[in-house]
Amino acid sequence: MTPSSDARPESPTGAAHDYSLTGPSSRHAVEAGLVAAEWYHSDVPRKVMKQLMQRSDGPAIRDTLLWVALHIALAVGGIYFWGSWLAAPFWLAYGVIYGSACDSRWHECGHGTAFRTRWMNDVVYHIASFQVMRNPVNWRWSHARHHTDTIIVGRDPEIVWMHPIKLGLKALAYVGIVDAWQSLKTLIRNAGGTLSDDEKDYIPESERPRAIFWARIHVAIYALTALCALVILLSGGGWKAVIPFLLIGGPRIYGCWHMVMMGLLQHGGLAEDVLDHRLNSRTVYINPISRWIYWNMNYHVEHHMFPMVPYHALPALHAVIKDDLPKPDPSIWAAYKDMMQAIMRQRREPGYYLKRDLPETARPYLETLHAAVPERVMA
Amino acid sequence: MPWIDACAADDIEEEDVLRWDHAGRTYALYHGIDGAFFCTDGLCTHEQVHLADGLVMDYVIECPKHNGQFDYRTGKALRAPVCDNLATYPAKEEDGRVLVLIE
Ligand code: FES
Repeated sequence: MTPSSDARPESPTGAAHDYSLTGPSSRHAVEAGLVAAEWYHSDVPRKVMKQLMQRSDGPAIRDTLLWVALHIALAVGGIYFWGSWLAAPFWLAYGVIYGSACDSRWHECGHGTAFRTRWMNDVVYHIASFQVMRNPVNWRWSHARHHTDTIIVGRDPEIVWMHPIKLGLKALAYVGIVDAWQSLKTLIRNAGGTLSDDEKDYIPESERPRAIFWARIHVAIYALTALCALVILLSGGGWKAVIPFLLIGGPRIYGCWHMVMMGLLQHGGLAEDVLDHRLNSRTVYINPISRWIYWNMNYHVEHHMFPMVPYHALPALHAVIKDDLPKPDPSIWAAYKDMMQAIMRQRREPGYYLKRDLPETARPYLETLHAAVPERVMA
Repeated sequence: MPWIDACAADDIEEEDVLRWDHAGRTYALYHGIDGAFFCTDGLCTHEQVHLADGLVMDYVIECPKHNGQFDYRTGKALRAPVCDNLATYPAKEEDGRVLVLIE
């Protein structure tokens, strides 16, 4: 992969670093034809795509049973060995199963592609939303926007790498303290009945009462957890009072590192304001354990191009379209090396992004931004 | 309004969808699991995305962009992020052709 010197020109409005959804960047994105635009898609014959999109309950039921069993077994181990160092590996593993695996479950069930059966998607979606400290309503809508306007500045509420990049904050994300605190504050604000202007920008009015309702449920569970801790403390349990927090809420801090490690790779160092997911998303080959935790979201270009394809079919989709995509990074380590080089350069050179070489078999990157949006049929 | 000949019945596999453009508008034609044919607007009511690139499951069409779902027999919106129902048009099969009634 060769980093490109093909620097994106700064926005004429000078608004390239305004990531709010209601400010000048948002207006600029609309004027530039970047909003709800037509994106590049690799060619996949309809028959093959139909096969790839097929839903089934089997893989997700298997993975969910294992996920639940791991929660129970690891928590029991952590409590059983409480007071000894032997408890530590149990809690560390529990943290990842709760605080990292929740992200991919939230994501896939939010798309409704994990299970074929709708209620199964919904149940896991709500559990995972709670674990990842995301309001299940707000984030359903923010993620829809992320797919409509992926990394379009002023439109996408889920841009992780905002310029200028603060590396210290990014490093801190691995321990989740800032993020968990912010998420909790948002939930408390929503529970109090307030939605921010950005939230109002992507959540339709009819859905807002539900956003408030679910925020109240989440906050109530955290309050109950704190109450349990207090009871243990007051009844002389000493350090055991920490256990409720290790079980609920805490893993979002001490176990989120895997989610952050993978999440930062999704779009880091790549382009903003383009209409070709090959330019703004990254596919990485990773180890099977991480793939299970992350539910194959390492095939990120594939997922963005075809969000209908369930996680368990992403490796097959990758095999079908890989000749049209930049070569995937061969490992998490290699991907970080590549990404960090680009990030460091972006800090010095605003507008720079990593433009990876395409194989000869691929169609060129989509450089035209003003693609036509079809007329809506008025019945 | 007369029935309009849209396509051959075997142009659409059972439990599948086909895009049909007519008189400057775009529609989606469905071949249901019971063998019957249906027609809706071609674009999702959430954003302007062709439903014909989506997935048909039983009597549900799932939009390819954000996985919103509609019952394509009634146009009823079933799953967020779609909130508005989809317009439907009468469709039938006659002599191996799919006919649609556009008002
Ligand atoms: S465009 Fe159809 S669900 Fe969003």
